[in-house]
Amino acid sequence: MNTLFGERKEGATKIVLKSVDEYPEAPVTLGTTLTNFTGDWRTFIPVIDDSKCVKCYICWKFCPEPAIFIREDGYVGVDYDYCKGCGICANECPTNAITMEKEEK
Amino acid sequence: MAEYKPIRKVVSGNYAAAYAVKHARVEVVAAYPITPQTSIIEKIAEFIANGEVENLEYVPVESEHSAMAACIGASAAGARVFTATSAQGLALMHEMLHWASGARLPVVMVDVNRAMAPPWSVWDDQTDSLAQRDTGWMQFYAENNQEVYDGVLMAFKIAETVNLPAMVVESAFILSHTYDVVEMIPQELVDEFLPPRKPLYDLTNFEKPFSIGALGTPADYYEFRYKIQRAMEKAKEVIHEVGKEFGERFGRDYSQMIELYRTEDADFVFMGMGSLMGTVKQAVDVLRDEGYKVGAAKVRWFRPFPKEELYELAKNVEGIAVLDRNYSFGMEGILFTEAKGALYNTNAKPIMKNYIVGLGGRDFTVSDVRKIAENMRAIIEKGELDVEVDWYHLKR
Repeated sequence: MNTLFGERKEGATKIVLKSVDEYPEAPVTLGTTLTNFTGDWRTFIPVIDDSKCVKCYICWKFCPEPAIFIREDGYVGVDYDYCKGCGICANECPTNAITMEKEEK
Repeated sequence: MAEYKPIRKVVSGNYAAAYAVKHARVEVVAAYPITPQTSIIEKIAEFIANGEVENLEYVPVESEHSAMAACIGASAAGARVFTATSAQGLALMHEMLHWASGARLPVVMVDVNRAMAPPWSVWDDQTDSLAQRDTGWMQFYAENNQEVYDGVLMAFKIAETVNLPAMVVESAFILSHTYDVVEMIPQELVDEFLPPRKPLYDLTNFEKPFSIGALGTPADYYEFRYKIQRAMEKAKEVIHEVGKEFGERFGRDYSQMIELYRTEDADFVFMGMGSLMGTVKQAVDVLRDEGYKVGAAKVRWFRPFPKEELYELAKNVEGIAVLDRNYSFGMEGILFTEAKGALYNTNAKPIMKNYIVGLGGRDFTVSDVRKIAENMRAIIEKGELDVEVDWYHLKR
């Protein structure tokens, strides 16, 4: 995936352990953020309307994760693997191009 | 295998613990002095000062909380680790005790049972260690100095097999500062019994780094809790095996989690933990001569709790007098709650009465056991309890 800083690192696959026997004996980390998709925590999802976007990148600056990236065409995109749905981007967007919608799972 | 010739030394319970630490080839000790535990770490410091131990690092810390934190770090790095404490010190460790068991680190500690303040007390009482019941630590209650020594050696082997921490508990002053003959095991035989620790994970493997105790979301936390319980269940088997092996090698059998003394044909038994049970066993001999059919059931391991062994005992007796040198306020003696609870869904329903004895070092003697026996006999004949919880020593 393209971001402002280039490609996201390879190897981002979520680990899902299905039975207790698959777990390590001690709670050693099950992986870094490359395997722990914090986007799971989300209830609301940001939806971006490109027609209202003026490419000011305020959302990109404010995103605490950072889950907002700048696409090759200059508009912004959301990395949904890591977006926790905090809504800061929608709150800060001066043209209301971002709306928070309840995510259907 | 070399022939076993015990080395007999006259030592206090605390020195017995220190010698066991030396013989177990412990690599890191972090402890803070607190009466009556102090002489354990003083003796260990003396071993280091005299060059009697190799590769033993003593970490001076500023509190028990830090002592356990240092133990956790050293244990995570793969070392064999020991600490010792008492009462308020153990309470200060409480938060860290969860970290040790949760991270599955086989730290071994001696807790010298001491009453909780206020009023300020340095005497014997089991409430300090029993208050740590739910921390995921195994708990072994020693009756005498010999069992302190043996208990520490076995605790390391059991803890390192199931990867859970273990507490060896001895009575303040009654054991900690009272001298008795202890049969120690020659170093080479201890080495055969207790090989070097093999850590669950190699934290020093820099090719494959990982972290311990990182975030566990609701999706994963639950399974790790279950794993601790499964390790506790496995510990029952390991305790049996290690206790049996200890008996075969060194002549003192610890295969049973509840030691039964003259219970075969007993009408009722006294159940309790720790040094208290030495007095009870002596009393059982006296009472047997006087025509009482009584026995003693000494609970050696409180965690994991020997439910199955208790059931085997309970279905063959009419009554159990549970002697608790501890108390859970708002309820009753802690062992009493556990024992009753363990039997509820079985068909063993002996009459059970709780005697609160010896709190804060109050003397508990053979004549006390006789009075309790008289009371128990009357209850069993009548078929009903007078009171469920008896504050036996209370000045009325």
